[in-house]
Amino acid sequence: MAGLGAQSAPGPFTQQPDLVDRYGTIIPRPPDTHKDKTTNPKVGAMDAILLQILNGLDKGSAYALIALGLTLIFGTLGVVNFAHGALFMIGAFCAVTLQRLLNLSFETVDETQTDFLGNALKVKTPYVEAWFGPQMGGAIIDWAVPLAILFAIPIMVFVGYAMERGLIKHFYKRPHADQILVTFGLAIVLQEVIKYFYGANPIQTPAPEALSGIVNLGAIVGMDIVYPVWRVVYFLFSLLVIGGIFSFLQFTTFGMVVRAGMADRETVGLLGINIDKRFTVMFGIAAAVAGLAGVMYTPINSPNYHMGMDFLVLSFVVVVVGGMGSLPGAVLAGFLLGILESFASMNEIKSIIPGIDQIIIYVVAIIILLTRPRGLMGRKGVMED
Amino acid sequence: MLGMNKNDTTMLLLVAALTMLAPFILNPFPTDSGLAQFNAGYPDLMQRFVIFGIFAIGFNILFGLTGYLSFGHAAFLGVGSYSAVWMFKLLAMNVIPAILLSVVMAGVFALLIGYVSLRRSGIYFSILTLAFAQMSFNLAYSVLTPITNGETGLQLSLDDPRVLGVSQTADGSIPVTNLFGLEMRSTFEMVVGPWAFQFNAGYYLCALILLAVFYLSIRIFRSPFGLMLKAVKSNQQRMNYTGLNTRPYTLAAFVISGMYAGLAGGLLASMDPLAGAERMQWTASGEVVLMTILGGAGTLIGPVLGAGFIKYFENIFSKINESVLHSWFGALPDGLEDLLVTMVYPFVGKGWHMTLGILFVLVVVFLPGGLVEGGQRVTAWIRSKKAGGNKPTSTTEPAE
Repeated sequence: MAGLGAQSAPGPFTQQPDLVDRYGTIIPRPPDTHKDKTTNPKVGAMDAILLQILNGLDKGSAYALIALGLTLIFGTLGVVNFAHGALFMIGAFCAVTLQRLLNLSFETVDETQTDFLGNALKVKTPYVEAWFGPQMGGAIIDWAVPLAILFAIPIMVFVGYAMERGLIKHFYKRPHADQILVTFGLAIVLQEVIKYFYGANPIQTPAPEALSGIVNLGAIVGMDIVYPVWRVVYFLFSLLVIGGIFSFLQFTTFGMVVRAGMADRETVGLLGINIDKRFTVMFGIAAAVAGLAGVMYTPINSPNYHMGMDFLVLSFVVVVVGGMGSLPGAVLAGFLLGILESFASMNEIKSIIPGIDQIIIYVVAIIILLTRPRGLMGRKGVMED
Repeated sequence: MLGMNKNDTTMLLLVAALTMLAPFILNPFPTDSGLAQFNAGYPDLMQRFVIFGIFAIGFNILFGLTGYLSFGHAAFLGVGSYSAVWMFKLLAMNVIPAILLSVVMAGVFALLIGYVSLRRSGIYFSILTLAFAQMSFNLAYSVLTPITNGETGLQLSLDDPRVLGVSQTADGSIPVTNLFGLEMRSTFEMVVGPWAFQFNAGYYLCALILLAVFYLSIRIFRSPFGLMLKAVKSNQQRMNYTGLNTRPYTLAAFVISGMYAGLAGGLLASMDPLAGAERMQWTASGEVVLMTILGGAGTLIGPVLGAGFIKYFENIFSKINESVLHSWFGALPDGLEDLLVTMVYPFVGKGWHMTLGILFVLVVVFLPGGLVEGGQRVTAWIRSKKAGGNKPTSTTEPAE
């Protein structure tokens, strides 16, 4: 993950400012923080538009990653997976788990320090700090969320593999309605398991300190656009994952076989290739993609057990807009809808059409479904009715 | 009887007996016994049984007959609830106009949404309905706050401009919903020895309406119209090739089923005059799908069973907490007791959703016909044992 470790020097802003409302939308900073108050209003409008695009990009990244996984599953196995949101949520909780594991600590009595009663103070030291020294150990704990990527990949692949082998493989021949229903039930079960172990409240999982500040992205072009670093990281990370998936499918033999299987499963089977096995692996990979999206999303929005469901509905809409079974379509639609959504939440637009920010995605989906049912980039004849 | 064959008549009479005697049937345990918590015979819960029964029957007319899986049916329930509460606020506390308006409003909404959604089938239809329902939910939460009162939910207040009736009663409280003077919340309690049976006016109103709409759904299932819908389910393409336009039929089914949902919403508001946006959320739509599948989609009685089953477990299962479990397993040795309690605890109380999810997965995997199919298999198995290996014949026929 080269993109993540970029610069660890502490930035000028060390604490997360109140820029994010409870829906995760960035609120533009109040004018007094602008260094230059004499900028003309034109530049201000430009700033606002760029800021909305940025806002859209990070939400769009999450949509794109989840939709990519959904499409991988649909394109290979032909299964409509309503449990994909739950996979996203499990990924987020991988980060929570790793953070808790790293914070496991033992207590020692420190004679040099006393509390207000004069007793010797008990000091908690995480094992990690004891093993690697306070400096290194502290850094490891601080970087729990990015480290959770390594932790989450094997877990998510395993979860995906188990799901496919244990349940979903029995549903290939059944109608889509049955697939929706069984995966919906599975999503409920997964949610409840997580709720049982982690409770119903959102759990704070901060980003590493070096990445939790804000950065002025506009400085290069002479504009004033301040933006949380982590969201930029999230966007870059999603590009990396998307690029990874596409090059895996495009440039490896395994990927080639999978693409062939997506086009014509039977013929590939007749050539003596065990396509089912590869599709199962793809299911695992799709689960890992959803999981990674979840891991990296934790600092943006504290994970709770129903976060997956919230994203699932939107991701499905994204898949449909992009075109069922089209991978580039899913990515494109993800970013597009993310940006559209953030533009619709601008005050200027909301004052013209109130409430548009709440429904824009659905409106677009309805229009697309009615006028171009195969979606933006869907192939002709695939799931068009 | 009433234009039904013998089987259907028996089924209607069975449902009638069940609903009318529900205060007895659901209260099998004496009030002071340890098992009293399994009693479901209190008005609030019984009302919900029948109301969600109505909701599920309506959903089944769409899903069971045509195979169109709507994931946004709760929107109609919500529309019904809001209309009913507005009727209470503006017109009168009588439930009849409120219920009528909620049915009509839900019908209009269903017509609009159905007209658009039914242009597509399969998963696209599901997603379109889902999108519409989420849209309504989001709007109800944000922009439509003047109509829906946003997060707080729409409630009656002391200064409602009620045209036919008073804003406040003589003692300065909000008037209660009634049917020509019969208060919906009035309850007659009959105490027989250790048992206490409650007969609630609101419940009986709901139960009578349930019987009426159940009868209606039987007639729809057995009508030429119902046959047409079944044909759409089994092969829509072939229907189209014979030169028949199926859309008016599916749209009619969609509207009818939306009106059922509106009726359920209106009744919910009549029993307890408040309406919140969370009734429209897609998880609420998922719940009615669960009920229908669990009971048996496409069968007449299935949805009612499923609704009763889920509502019963939601209320009774979720009340079982750790101390109750300890008292159950108290007779066992300590170690075993703790082990059992820790093993069972995740599945009851707050974790009952987990049981529901597992049950749902199992039903979809092993019993696609739901509880009704389960019952049929069991009866067939018993018969084949009795008859000494004769081929089993099923008694009630699922609609499919």
